[in-house]
Amino acid sequence: MAERMGFFTDTSICIGCKACEVACKEWNDVPDDGFVFRATSYDNTGALGADTWRHVAFIEQDGRWLMSSDVCKHCTHAACLDVCPTGALFRTEFDTVVVQSDVCNGCGYCVPACPYGVIDRRERDGRAWKCTLCYDRLRGGLEPACAKACPTDSIRFGPLDELRARAAERVERLHADGVTEARLYGESPDNGVGGTGAFFLLLDEPETYGLPPDPVVTTRDLPAMWRWAGGAALALAAGVAACFLRRT
Amino acid sequence: MAECHPVGFQWVMEARLRGAKVFHIDPRFSRTSAAVDRYLPIRAGSDIVLLGALINHVLTHGLDFREYVLAYTNAATIINAEFLDTEDLDGLFSGYDPETGRYDPSSWAYEGDVEQVRTLSEGGLAHAQAAGSDSYGARGPGASARPPADPTLRHPRCVYQILRRHFSRYTPERVEELCGISRERFAELAEAITASSGRERTTAWVYSVGWTQHTTGVQFIRAASILQLLLGNMGRPGGGILSLRGHANIQGSTDVPTLFNLLPGYIAMPNAHRHAGLNDYLEREGADTGFWGNRRAYTVSLLKAWWGEAATEENDFCFGHLPRLTGDHGHYATVMGQIDGTVKGYFVIGENPAVGSANGRAQRLGLANLDWLVVRDLTLVETATFWQDAPEIETGELRTEEIGTEVFFLPAASHVEKEGTFTNTQRLLQWREKALDPPGDCRSDLWFFYHLGRRIRDRLTDDEIDRPVRELTWDYPEEGPYRDPSAEAVLREIGGTGPDGRALSHLGRLRPDGSTRCGCWIYCGVYADEVNQAARRRPREEQSWVAPEWGWAWPANRRILYNRASADPEGRPWSERKRYVWWDQARGAWTGPDVPDFEEDKPPDYDPPEGAKAEAALRGTDPFIMQSDGKGWLYVPSGLSDGPLPVHYEPHESPVRNTLYRTQANPARRIFHRPDNPYNPPLSPRFPYVFTTSRLTEHHTAGGMSRTLPYLTELQPEPFCEVSPQLAAEVGLVNGGWATIVTARAAVEMRVLVTERVRPLRLRGTTVHQVVLPYHWGYRGLVTGDVVNDLIPFVLDPNVFIQESKSGTCDVLPGRRPRGTALLELIERYRHG
Repeated sequence: MAERMGFFTDTSICIGCKACEVACKEWNDVPDDGFVFRATSYDNTGALGADTWRHVAFIEQDGRWLMSSDVCKHCTHAACLDVCPTGALFRTEFDTVVVQSDVCNGCGYCVPACPYGVIDRRERDGRAWKCTLCYDRLRGGLEPACAKACPTDSIRFGPLDELRARAAERVERLHADGVTEARLYGESPDNGVGGTGAFFLLLDEPETYGLPPDPVVTTRDLPAMWRWAGGAALALAAGVAACFLRRT
Repeated sequence: MAECHPVGFQWVMEARLRGAKVFHIDPRFSRTSAAVDRYLPIRAGSDIVLLGALINHVLTHGLDFREYVLAYTNAATIINAEFLDTEDLDGLFSGYDPETGRYDPSSWAYEGDVEQVRTLSEGGLAHAQAAGSDSYGARGPGASARPPADPTLRHPRCVYQILRRHFSRYTPERVEELCGISRERFAELAEAITASSGRERTTAWVYSVGWTQHTTGVQFIRAASILQLLLGNMGRPGGGILSLRGHANIQGSTDVPTLFNLLPGYIAMPNAHRHAGLNDYLEREGADTGFWGNRRAYTVSLLKAWWGEAATEENDFCFGHLPRLTGDHGHYATVMGQIDGTVKGYFVIGENPAVGSANGRAQRLGLANLDWLVVRDLTLVETATFWQDAPEIETGELRTEEIGTEVFFLPAASHVEKEGTFTNTQRLLQWREKALDPPGDCRSDLWFFYHLGRRIRDRLTDDEIDRPVRELTWDYPEEGPYRDPSAEAVLREIGGTGPDGRALSHLGRLRPDGSTRCGCWIYCGVYADEVNQAARRRPREEQSWVAPEWGWAWPANRRILYNRASADPEGRPWSERKRYVWWDQARGAWTGPDVPDFEEDKPPDYDPPEGAKAEAALRGTDPFIMQSDGKGWLYVPSGLSDGPLPVHYEPHESPVRNTLYRTQANPARRIFHRPDNPYNPPLSPRFPYVFTTSRLTEHHTAGGMSRTLPYLTELQPEPFCEVSPQLAAEVGLVNGGWATIVTARAAVEMRVLVTERVRPLRLRGTTVHQVVLPYHWGYRGLVTGDVVNDLIPFVLDPNVFIQESKSGTCDVLPGRRPRGTALLELIERYRHG
């Protein structure tokens, strides 16, 4: 397997131009998400979904205007992948999580499995869609389209280890400059999804950006649940057997 | 800048990462405001109050870069005794004629120059009529190379003292009162720019074209120039006033102009009433000292490029073939001419005036009164379809069957479907390759004009009237199945050729005798060594930090203009940190990472002999080589239509009284009292709010390139207004609901975005509400909406005839606008109160 690749999205230098949204759609041939004026700052695509794989959030707050480009997190422990019954979702040689649209049968199990609400079914074709971290570009030795288009390098692509080191430096620098609210989101391998392949530098609590503060891989408890279920089944079987044994 | 120039803004972000402090001053809290150190909201149109107060701060506290100011500006120059300032005349300069609303600028001249200016300017009126006043400004007679000066700066009529008196009333208190910027915030700004100027540091001012769209727009830039000259920030790395042009290649379209009053390279267009032959024209259109002293070489080389062998010394090099101005032929004069029936035909190339220009209704009424209209664009823009879906069809003012205009829509190739250059904001020419062939009948503009010219020439007779077009050189090599003329051949012609037919290397090679040809003298050398210099793309790692081999910058590949000023008068760098171009005594030459913007071997101690001409008349310490005296002009003795110094006047339509002078608005502004151009009265309670138009990252100007694309349309799908929560409460607007904006011209509806980014401004006891209106939408495209520019009148800056689109007054109503004739009744009610 090649080195694990990912995104470091530094929202402190995002200027909200949405070039990432457009470049993503252009490269991946993602359809438009409808023409809806949402009256929520400059955000008219709303959220990540089947037809929006990069989404720039705009948060107006106390004289600040926060902007942040959200994307699939490419979790270390990816629940979407765990629950996929067809193998449409798979882990690539870059340690990213990709859904193969020609294999997906549209069962939709992956949708509630994602702790971030990223993967989504497209109503028109029933299949599940999300960021592929431009798997085809990576295989061709290119960086993902969104990172390529980002004018301020707010979206950085590279080996995850390098990105984590760079992010740590950046936070340190911001703290030294008095931006004490700067923090990383998702980079820690100790978090509920084992760390994310796409992580962020935020300037406020994750909830401010609409991100879950403490996401947990939804399949975390599956083995235990199976053990309990198995135990319960055994107990039930034993009880039933006991009933019959007593009769005889 | 983040909003409209996000790609360029990456360097501002980079500068911030390296410790630069960035202020954003704008009526509107945009994406730029979100990404800077300090955002200062300002009342639209009050900029000269702020800049004037900064100038006053510098002068009062002695913070100017004195060595630079003394050596490189006209601070010491003495102005003639006839000059009267706005201090003397309560808001007017000497020379104002209330009958015509025009200035005679001759009393503004340097001491000893008045008579010369009076003779050449002819009272200034003919020039002012045709946006030609600058043709003896930077180029200009009236400013001697060696005017009387007082280096002690104590003479009461020296520029420095005039400046001190003129700006003394521009105080932090006035800033608070007229701009809505508190004294504390002003002090912070003043401290930052003065602390970051001088030998070791520089400050840059960056503006986008909204700064120019005021009846005092030229003077806004002038005020910034004064500040930058006083602080020593011109001609030095990290300094300057950087104009971010409206979109790709607007700089190119000014250099090789689509402007009515200019020939290529900022050479003045001849005037039918003022110029007889070439000699007479050259004598009147510029000074003999400074680089404009070579204008015969520039002009004759241009005429030779256009008329080739037909242009000879005997026939004035075909100077008589050039068209002549007879007055104002600008955009708005043209539209009024259409309505009045004097303009019959109209070419609209890559532009969408039915949506993008002021007073959209007048634009469309003009279109409807033509004999023929040619529109070239990527898609059917509103200008091409006004006859079927203009708002005036809905109101009944126009009826399709009664419109006689014959419309020719010719699909155009996009920038990736043709080759050529973009000249971007810092004068950098970059060659573009063609990525793919244009689809269907789409053709490049070059193809269109070349073949149009060819077909016209096929129809010409031997008649004398056809001679100018018949004798044009029109012989570019053709390429490909559609006979595309070679864009490189055109660039080579622009770059110039010598007597041997080889490409010229440098504008210094241009000759006044007809032996050289050059389509645009400032671009001379772009094809040096028979190489397309604009196509160079040497990576930055392989060259100096100035990157002279990335593209090609005019003039002569200089990356910073007037860079002689980056060294002190003796030719030494002002500081190690800011070294850029300096005098190498051993080599006897100027040197540095950039091409010196100076004669390479002119020593700092050069003193011109009596009677010297052109650049030879300037001293070794005169860095501003286009000026007749080689100085940066703090005070402009000639060349402006509305005064030698910036003055705060209120916008033509303003809810605020000018408390600085009794003169309310720019007395020289261009006003057009016509039924199709009604004005909101100033200080009118019917129009209590200020509106400013704006752009969004997601769309391109009038929308022709973005409203047809789903990926851009979905990002900003509808016209909207940005209002403060306070104004929303006052008027009864609901976030996500509808609002109708009304002026005397139009009422347009849009969605409401209530946001705390828009802040009401407190101005000494009163509150001014500003409404921000992005203007990208029209009646065609994937999404449609009302045209915001319909709200704006024709009222123009007197120097360059640009409209005042960034500060108007309006009323705001909740809900959607009425339809049909009810809409006309609403507007009528507002017009007459």
